[in-house]
Amino acid sequence: MPNYYQPEIECASLDEMRAIQNEKLVKQVKHVYDNVEYYRNLMDEKGVKPEDINSIDDLHKLPFLTKADLRDAYPYGLLATDLKNCVRIQSTSGTTGRRVVAFYTQKDVDLWEECCARAITAVGGTNEDVCQVAYGYGLFTGGPGLNGGSHKVGCLTLPMSSGNTERQIQFMQDLHSTILCCTPSYAAFIGETLKDMGLTPDDIDLKAGIFGAEPWTEEMRRDIEKSLGIKAYDIYGLTETSGPGVSFECEEQTGMHINEDHFLAEIIDPETGEVLPEGSKGELVFTSLDKEAFPLLRYRTRDICVLSRKKCSCGRTLIKMTKPMGRSDDMMIIRGVNVFPSQIETVLLKEGYSPNYLIEVDRERNTDTLDISVELSPEQFTDTVKDLSAKEKDLANAIKTMLGISPKVHLVAPKTITRSEGKAVRVIDRRKLHD
Amino acid sequence: MSVKQISVFIENKKGKLAEATRYIADNNVNMKALSIADTQDFGILRIICEDPKAAEEALKEGGFITTVTDVLAVAISDKPGSLAAILEVLAEANIVVEYTYAFLSAKAGAYMIFRVDDNQSAAAALAGAGIKTANQEDLF
Ligand SMILES: [Zn+2]
Repeated sequence: MPNYYQPEIECASLDEMRAIQNEKLVKQVKHVYDNVEYYRNLMDEKGVKPEDINSIDDLHKLPFLTKADLRDAYPYGLLATDLKNCVRIQSTSGTTGRRVVAFYTQKDVDLWEECCARAITAVGGTNEDVCQVAYGYGLFTGGPGLNGGSHKVGCLTLPMSSGNTERQIQFMQDLHSTILCCTPSYAAFIGETLKDMGLTPDDIDLKAGIFGAEPWTEEMRRDIEKSLGIKAYDIYGLTETSGPGVSFECEEQTGMHINEDHFLAEIIDPETGEVLPEGSKGELVFTSLDKEAFPLLRYRTRDICVLSRKKCSCGRTLIKMTKPMGRSDDMMIIRGVNVFPSQIETVLLKEGYSPNYLIEVDRERNTDTLDISVELSPEQFTDTVKDLSAKEKDLANAIKTMLGISPKVHLVAPKTITRSEGKAVRVIDRRKLHD
Repeated sequence: MSVKQISVFIENKKGKLAEATRYIADNNVNMKALSIADTQDFGILRIICEDPKAAEEALKEGGFITTVTDVLAVAISDKPGSLAAILEVLAEANIVVEYTYAFLSAKAGAYMIFRVDDNQSAAAALAGAGIKTANQEDLF
């Protein structure tokens, strides 16, 4: 029997959901136009007035917001309420340029935490669960978001934050944690550490994990599920749109239900901005529907994915999005070819290598170079140079087949690729240094 | 008929080999033979020692990745042509030699280590030519 946190929303009919969205969108657009000069100017430039937006069918009339707009408007330019009404700030790490700062009123925090509560409930969480939150706490949205959601569900919450992995495992054993929330790369690391400590999944009580904030693959899901003895679920969100919980996976594990009573989703052609029909692959665009402090209308996420209203066996009617298939921020153009790190990761896992890798891109005599360092596992090691060189070559060929360009593959010793305990750093692009 | 060789994966970075050999010494593993094969990216350190089991455990403990291989050790006399004679016997028997290196035992004199594709056939061919292959205890 599936559990819902807010069944009236999560299982609403399409008409009911449309009605909610129409009503909220009209209000949200007016709120933004009245309070955010930056966006009002964009609307005026396009000749769109709040009166032109009467239902979600009018959404396409609104101008887009991009990451560049967020940078231009930093820090207060998109704030839609008085600072005295705000109670919280969260921020991105700022690894790809200027950081993004998002503001929350108490109502914004509550709605965000409700979204996370839906996600926790969808993986079987109840007030009998012990939820270990090993996302980073602080400006990063992962820890605070899932922490709040866990409280709302009534789980006993362990606010561990990330790091100190042996202590994580001790707490997991002593306090019988049943749900783990962290980044997928940290979940994989906890799995490895468990093994290194001589323990097996039978020694812990985890049943489910909610992993997000970075791209991961189906192979990685299977690895994590095996090493921790759990079901691993995806969760999606961006600091700009509040944080994790914009969408979440249910027991079907075939994509994430979008909390579309709060976030209206569109797929557009990233080149032309044209709205694409359901089922098309394109850039995901979100419009917040009831934000007070930091509403974003038609915000281009840069994530490439597909939306689907296909009936889900869990009973939820919320529209589903696929795992992002790539991100224009992560996309590298190497020798004229579009390369996503997730493609390389897929090959590595398929060929039996660990998901710990480092991609280095550089430029030598006007030609791009692609070097991939991969950790060798003890099982793969042999005593002859011939065998190991053949392994490097085979892997380079498999990657070439996937990408269309040849990389140089370097086998390195296990655990030598620096692993941050939060977001994984997987790409170093040195070309920018020479420009 | 054969002896145990431990191979250790070494990254081709400054100090990595020193780190591994220091670690081995600190764990009281007395190396009797050592050879290094390397490429641009990595090296393989090959070790013959008295207690391969203890050595392997110590290395694993230290986070190194290792593998144990059975290799042939053949006593070699100090005169020209003795290595050629062994290689001829192996070639005659269609044995592929992956690599070979020398090894000096205080107890038993000079040896050559051979890593071949088929220990059984190689040892038989050598025995047929009157060349004996050593056991672990012959060396220490
Ligand atoms: Zn579902």
